[in-house]
Amino acid sequence: MNLDFTEEENAFRAEVREFIENNAPEGMTRDMASEGDADPATMREAMMAWHKTLGKKGWSVPAWPTEYGGTGWNPTERYIWGEENARMNTVMPLPFGVSMVGPVIYTFGNEEQKREHLPGIMSGDVWWCQGYSEPGAGSDLASLKTTAVRDGDDYILNGQKTWTTLAQYADWGFFLCRTDPDAAKPQMGISFILVDMNTPGIEVRPIKLIDGGYEVNEVWLTDVRVPATNLIGEENHGWTYAKFLLAHERSGIAGVARSKRGVEQLKEIAGSEMLDGKPLLEDMGFAQKISQLEIDLSALEITELRTLAGEQAGKGPGPESSLLKVKGTEIQQRLTELTMEAVGSYGAPDVRSFPSDGSNDFPIGPDYAHHAAPTYFNMRKTSIYGGSNEIQRNIITKMILGL
Amino acid sequence: MDFEFTDEQNMVRDGISRLIREQYDFDTRREVVASDSGWRPELWAQLAELGMLAAPFSEADGGFGGATEAMIIMEEFGKGLAVEPFVPSVVCAGGFLKHGGNDAQREEYIGGIISGEMIFAFAYAEPRGRYDLANLETTAKADGGDYVINGHKAVVIGAPWATHFVVTARTSGGQTDENGVSVFVVAKDADGVSTRDYGTVDGRRASEVYFENVKVSGDALIGEADNGLPLVEKVVDEATAAVCAEATGAMKVTNETTLDYSRQRKQFGTAIGSFQVLQHRMADMLMEYEQSVSMTYLATIKLDEDDATRKKNVSAAKVRIGQAARFIGQSAIQTHGGMGMTDELAVGSYFKRLSIVESEFGSVDHHMRRHIKLTAG
Repeated sequence: MNLDFTEEENAFRAEVREFIENNAPEGMTRDMASEGDADPATMREAMMAWHKTLGKKGWSVPAWPTEYGGTGWNPTERYIWGEENARMNTVMPLPFGVSMVGPVIYTFGNEEQKREHLPGIMSGDVWWCQGYSEPGAGSDLASLKTTAVRDGDDYILNGQKTWTTLAQYADWGFFLCRTDPDAAKPQMGISFILVDMNTPGIEVRPIKLIDGGYEVNEVWLTDVRVPATNLIGEENHGWTYAKFLLAHERSGIAGVARSKRGVEQLKEIAGSEMLDGKPLLEDMGFAQKISQLEIDLSALEITELRTLAGEQAGKGPGPESSLLKVKGTEIQQRLTELTMEAVGSYGAPDVRSFPSDGSNDFPIGPDYAHHAAPTYFNMRKTSIYGGSNEIQRNIITKMILGL
Repeated sequence: MDFEFTDEQNMVRDGISRLIREQYDFDTRREVVASDSGWRPELWAQLAELGMLAAPFSEADGGFGGATEAMIIMEEFGKGLAVEPFVPSVVCAGGFLKHGGNDAQREEYIGGIISGEMIFAFAYAEPRGRYDLANLETTAKADGGDYVINGHKAVVIGAPWATHFVVTARTSGGQTDENGVSVFVVAKDADGVSTRDYGTVDGRRASEVYFENVKVSGDALIGEADNGLPLVEKVVDEATAAVCAEATGAMKVTNETTLDYSRQRKQFGTAIGSFQVLQHRMADMLMEYEQSVSMTYLATIKLDEDDATRKKNVSAAKVRIGQAARFIGQSAIQTHGGMGMTDELAVGSYFKRLSIVESEFGSVDHHMRRHIKLTAG
């Protein structure tokens, strides 16, 4: 048992920290891409800036095998990498290419698919989106209805996907489609197909969410003709690849490093807000809540490190990742609750409605209050997406408890 | 022991309920919230015509009821998420006038509130005040028989629609002293009053209100100079009880909507309402709602008792309702899944209103601390 980082790991941290500090673009956050009035071309560039810098450096896809562009970092080094990025609040490469479809392509794709798609994912030139959920297939993903019917050298796709994150910017998407409606089990008739989002018949309709942003989309597919060469692996085996991908999606979902940064921000806010002439941070009641959060986060961090150590020893991410997802998202949500509590009455003003006279002489509350409510609302999604927390508990019940 | 409402009170409920149901369905509300003005003046006129704006006033003041009537009205407001300024104008300003106003002030303002011609907003909170009603940087300096007000009031709900403000200001003492608080009526068009207007995340409108050397006559003072805090506390408690009632209305609809959705939404070949984990959550939501209704009744009934009793019970109610509002709002979104995250469904708007209710007139922590002070030892 030893929780200290080795000398090499500390040197590694210093190296990546220096690179991030010198090269990361400033002033960008991921939620900017959800603003309805964002100019797509400018936003694409801005969101991809860090990804492209990393691509040039060779650091954009650390977890991939080195033959495809991975860095060869061990899980601890990758963990340090994530921590240092969180510290600087960089806009990390979107997961859809790097952590989701990329690993599927190099694991199950053919040589041509690897040649065609992996470089674009690595460089950040191609924006990917994930066509999984449907209006009738959320937690019960296997009940999806979008069809892909073979027609000569093509598949013809018809159906509707939903909750497709940032599809309004996407060049390519990976879609789960039903290729065998008569399969014995719904999981057995599904195929995993790559789709150029510029193909005729695709319509992307942004969905307005409760925080006022447009983060997700409906994607309508009407007679979309896709070359059959875009099929990953074998027809009707898509569920296997989808499950593989979901396990990858869950690792990293704990968001420990980002939450640590969130705790620091919360403490700054609670240090500025006053209660009975003292900073709110010194109020025993509020201080207890923050401590509780830090304790829970600390437990989660060590749990994640234990999982990483297991991975380093050759065990793939298993049902333990459900624990990381549930606890990680609970902490992320708790952070937003406490931030709402800390900002008090100034949580109510809607920053989107502020008079646009450019005047800073009469600010409407402190800057840190402006995003407290939208973030609180938005983060409710975390216990819903990526397999709802109810589903995660079902997985733990089934896979770990054996019930 | 009697939890029944009078015939007259039931008529009030029926009247408001019908008005909101027929004229304030969710699509209408959405349009209202997105409109330039952000509210429905014509609904306000109808409420006045129906006598609803008189409901919490005594007969002597031209009304016919009290806190129970306000509770009933706000419960119905909560069901429809009505944004109109019943609490600031009728409950708050009305409360100051009926408990602290002299004959001339009652004469001048209560009729205007009841007829809907005057709309009040309550400018009490300050950027650094954090729910402490006595923590006032806004000052009112005596100047001959007049007062000169300077200060900045934060998140004044309904201010964009207001014709008048009730303003709390310090006339003497240090920034947080209990003594030295005074209450004034200030016309919005008075020289030196300016506002920055904006929307709130729960669909209402509010302003930052600035007073710069605003001169008011001594007649603008409501109640005693320097000794206004007990009056402010009483009125804020009445407003808190009204917001609790509004919250229970919103919770009721949120729960019904969630139950409906769980019956309709199918996953794994069956309605999601058949899953025990969701059933238990909805059972908890129901219990939270019932406890909230009970506490709203308790707080409302105790509003006219001595100060200590009133404060203790109102704080107890606000603690309970704040907690229930969070649980019910979050649980409703979770049960709706991705659909709950969309702006399209009404449930998101209920969640947002309930989220802001948590901190309105004092957060759970604030009221817990007040409850401790009143009950410990």
